[in-house]
Amino acid sequence: MVELTLPKNSKIRKGKTWKTGAKPKNKKKFKVYRWSPDDGKNPSMDTYEVDMDTCGPMVLDALIKIKNEIDPTLTFRRSCREGVCGSCAMNIDGRNTLACTKAIDDVDGEVTIYPLPHMEVVKDLVPDLTTFYTQYASIEPWLHTDTPQPEKEWLQSREDRDELDGLYECILCACCSTSCPSYWWNGDRYLGPAVLLQAYRWLIDSRDEATGDRLDDLQDPFRLYRCHTIMNCANTCPKGLNPAKAIAEIKKMMVERHV
Amino acid sequence: MSIQTPLNKVRGLGSAQEGVGHFWHQRVTAVALVPLVLWFLVSLYHHIGDPYQEVVEWLGKPTTAIPLLFLILAGFYHMKLGMQVVVEDYVQKDSSKIILLLLNNLVAIGLGVVCVYAVLKLSFGV
Repeated sequence: MVELTLPKNSKIRKGKTWKTGAKPKNKKKFKVYRWSPDDGKNPSMDTYEVDMDTCGPMVLDALIKIKNEIDPTLTFRRSCREGVCGSCAMNIDGRNTLACTKAIDDVDGEVTIYPLPHMEVVKDLVPDLTTFYTQYASIEPWLHTDTPQPEKEWLQSREDRDELDGLYECILCACCSTSCPSYWWNGDRYLGPAVLLQAYRWLIDSRDEATGDRLDDLQDPFRLYRCHTIMNCANTCPKGLNPAKAIAEIKKMMVERHV
Repeated sequence: MSIQTPLNKVRGLGSAQEGVGHFWHQRVTAVALVPLVLWFLVSLYHHIGDPYQEVVEWLGKPTTAIPLLFLILAGFYHMKLGMQVVVEDYVQKDSSKIILLLLNNLVAIGLGVVCVYAVLKLSFGV
């Protein structure tokens, strides 16, 4: 829902500063959002000083170094560390992106790190993505067919396959959806850019036989039409995709079946 | 508090099967308003400083009154559609939302009718 100020229990306190023992010439400060459900305290911004001479180039490298060497209580998701799994999506230097593909050198001064915006926080940098994943499940992201399964495989022309480019690459990291003000305000009813891009991926799939049913499910003032082409999604996507365009294509399909 | 599965919450009451009309009408009225507003502004500019009677006569001519009626209808309908989106975006409480949406319709239709009446009065001198 619309919240222009933080609720009382979400106001951020000044946190702890963790200085590096030695005095490295090449050090960088990381200000990281901390919150634990266990201590009943408000969230805080902890500052970690990291020796860059012994740290990898990406923000995720720094977070892993902090967790291994400075503060083992720091909590975040990570898995593939190469921009494929989407686990380490977070808000770095004011923009949603993947910590594993964001170079530390690209940030001037302190590196501020928050969890993905406007989501319930599980702990520290871990947002609760239950609704997001459920919305994805709700569009039934698999091939729907009534024709009996062919002996070998469902065929697709090269041109039809090309339609999926720019869509299949989505890793569902939720950077786009959580950067969208419409998703912040109406995330319980609006499906958000990531899920709509995925919906379009199945709408445009030449092998799928449920295009009309899929459009029926989306034709709703909230599920689809909360998109007001704000374009934060396309701006922030760490994979360089354009969910806003996919949504515009869905809106075009909606009009097409009326004319 | 109620215990619902996430899927139950996300599916909610299902799709309203609506929205494409709103989307299309908003675009069509927007496109229609571009020439209509330009025509109206340019025409008004040409009548700056003209005597009252002359302007009244100009407004009552069919070549002025008909496009003016189109401007009024498209303008207020477009305004209604736009305000509806703002209310749906920002007002979460069902009771306030319904009241504001009704009020939005009332204001748009009310002002539209008043304007249409004014143009007809100038045209037909009722």
